[in-house]
Amino acid sequence: MDLFSHLALGFSTAASAANLSYCLLGVFLGTAIGVLPGLGPVATIAMLLPVTFGLPPETALIMLAGIFYGAQYGGSTTAILVNLPGESSSVVTALDGYQMARQGRAGTALATAAIASFFAGTVCTFLIALAAPPLSEVALKFGPADYFSLMVLGLVASIVLASGSLLHALGMIILGLLLGLIGTDVNSGLPRFSFDLPELSDGINFVVVAMGVFGLGEIIANLQTEKTRSVALARITGLMPSRDDLKRIIAPILRGTALGSSLGILPGGGAMLSSFAAYSLEKKTSKNSAQFGKGAIEGVAAPEAANNAGAQASFIPMLTLGIPSNPVMALMIGALIMHGIQPGPQVMVEQPALFWGLVVSMWIGNLFLLILNLPLIGLWVKMISVPYHFLYPAILVFCGIGVFSLSNTSFDVFMMAGFGVLGYVFRKLDCEPAPMMLGFILGPMMEEYLRRAMLMSKGNAMVLVTRPISATLLAVSAVALVVVLLPALRKKREEAFKD
Amino acid sequence: MTGVIRSPRDFWAGVLYAGFGAAAVLIARDYGLGSSSRMGPGYFPTVLGSLLLLIGLASLVRSFFAAGEPIGAIAWKGLLLVTLATVLFGALLRPAGLVIALAAVILVSAAASVKFRFDARALALMGALIVFCGLVFVTGLGLPVSLLGTWFTR
Repeated sequence: MDLFSHLALGFSTAASAANLSYCLLGVFLGTAIGVLPGLGPVATIAMLLPVTFGLPPETALIMLAGIFYGAQYGGSTTAILVNLPGESSSVVTALDGYQMARQGRAGTALATAAIASFFAGTVCTFLIALAAPPLSEVALKFGPADYFSLMVLGLVASIVLASGSLLHALGMIILGLLLGLIGTDVNSGLPRFSFDLPELSDGINFVVVAMGVFGLGEIIANLQTEKTRSVALARITGLMPSRDDLKRIIAPILRGTALGSSLGILPGGGAMLSSFAAYSLEKKTSKNSAQFGKGAIEGVAAPEAANNAGAQASFIPMLTLGIPSNPVMALMIGALIMHGIQPGPQVMVEQPALFWGLVVSMWIGNLFLLILNLPLIGLWVKMISVPYHFLYPAILVFCGIGVFSLSNTSFDVFMMAGFGVLGYVFRKLDCEPAPMMLGFILGPMMEEYLRRAMLMSKGNAMVLVTRPISATLLAVSAVALVVVLLPALRKKREEAFKD
Repeated sequence: MTGVIRSPRDFWAGVLYAGFGAAAVLIARDYGLGSSSRMGPGYFPTVLGSLLLLIGLASLVRSFFAAGEPIGAIAWKGLLLVTLATVLFGALLRPAGLVIALAAVILVSAAASVKFRFDARALALMGALIVFCGLVFVTGLGLPVSLLGTWFTR
């Protein structure tokens, strides 16, 4: 059976001493930074990305993936303990998780979150191993026109899922696409939008943009509403859920996993949508629905399973098609490119050890999370209560050093400062930066595929709709756009983001 | 001004988009459009810039009709000090060295917080952070930056 030989190859890669320790380090750092106030997974990964440059590509990716789910778990921990979701996907966990904590069941809630995440992670690892080979086989049939349309679909999906104004999301995407074009044009060798600055002739590094917009911009915004978190918690006791609790969470975990892994595959889907959907599904189907919002253990188990499943399933389009479905995956693609690997269906064929090593390391990473986090809860609680005014200068220091180390120039640091200002402006104007990040990464790729498609069709734009794959993808994008524009659904969407 | 503009957020976002879009189109005029079968370096930027200009204009138009939330207070102090701290770090790193650049970024950015007090504890934490960065990045990861820069070694 292919699946097992693949997984065996993955195990032999992921279980090497170096990869295991970097996976552990990634999970640990990710959780530690994830519980710190004011740092989401995107900023965390961007900040730690330069650390991985010296590593071999598979080790670097394994560590980055570890940071990703570590940061996600860290976000859930703060959601439960202090009612402050570290990021959007753990918003719903806070609803019942924090209530459980107030009732003195914080330990149980945390353990439930860890178990649910682990289960979902395990299922998703197998799902990726099963779904990736056929998907990348399909992807190998893709021509340039199909790739272009696929990217259009990815961008449209990110508009659909962005909160706030659709017009602004569209604007942010195009702004990102344009920013991505800065630098030397590969076909003509002409430097574009570089203002005769040699530093810009290679384009702007995506880490500079991500750290500026997500890191610095967030610091400035947080300073405006500065408050120190206080953890009003007694000692956390009684970690393990009782037999009765376990019985109650089995079905929600299964449903959450199923929901998360199917929504996560969709471009633009992923963790947040999955967790929202899983919570409302549980609330409708559970016999304890009256308890929801008052500390129902199902309300922690289902969304936690779903967000982990969704997060992990979002690796599928990234690994098989080279298309990022959220800003974190965009960073992963950037990391792959920096390591000299062109993301896409050929990665699995050309770099099987990297591919399967990464897949298996996800399972190992989830196991580490389960083992590591429960005993370390005391440490996380301490980190949660670090006052923000001691923290943000340190974040700034790490951002500065990290960006400088990209190519050892101060120019990148100045650019980061500029993007920080821009990031704050976006926040003030209600323009979400995530779609911009996707556009930024996809910009050069889209132009290249469009050029090739047009060259092959001798300038006939109809090629985008006459090729069946491309036409289907564009049709799906069009339907998705129309659907969000319909007034009735628009209202629903706004409600979903308000919850 | 607020009398005519009913949604300041839409208005300023529109200005931002239209500005970037127009700039992209104007700059890309020098790049050569090419033809649709052989797209020149200016083709894609011109298309995108025009789209962004249109979106910006749409947002501007909307800001006069649909009411929206106000922008709210701007954190000038944080914005200024955090940006200044970052720029100082970049400017000081080579000439003054890591230690002074770090001290500058920490002190300037910390001043943006209302809660920050410059006391012994803050000083100790700052020292610890500088030592940590020196050990990890310069000694450990081999970042090509000296602890004391060219101002001192000459």
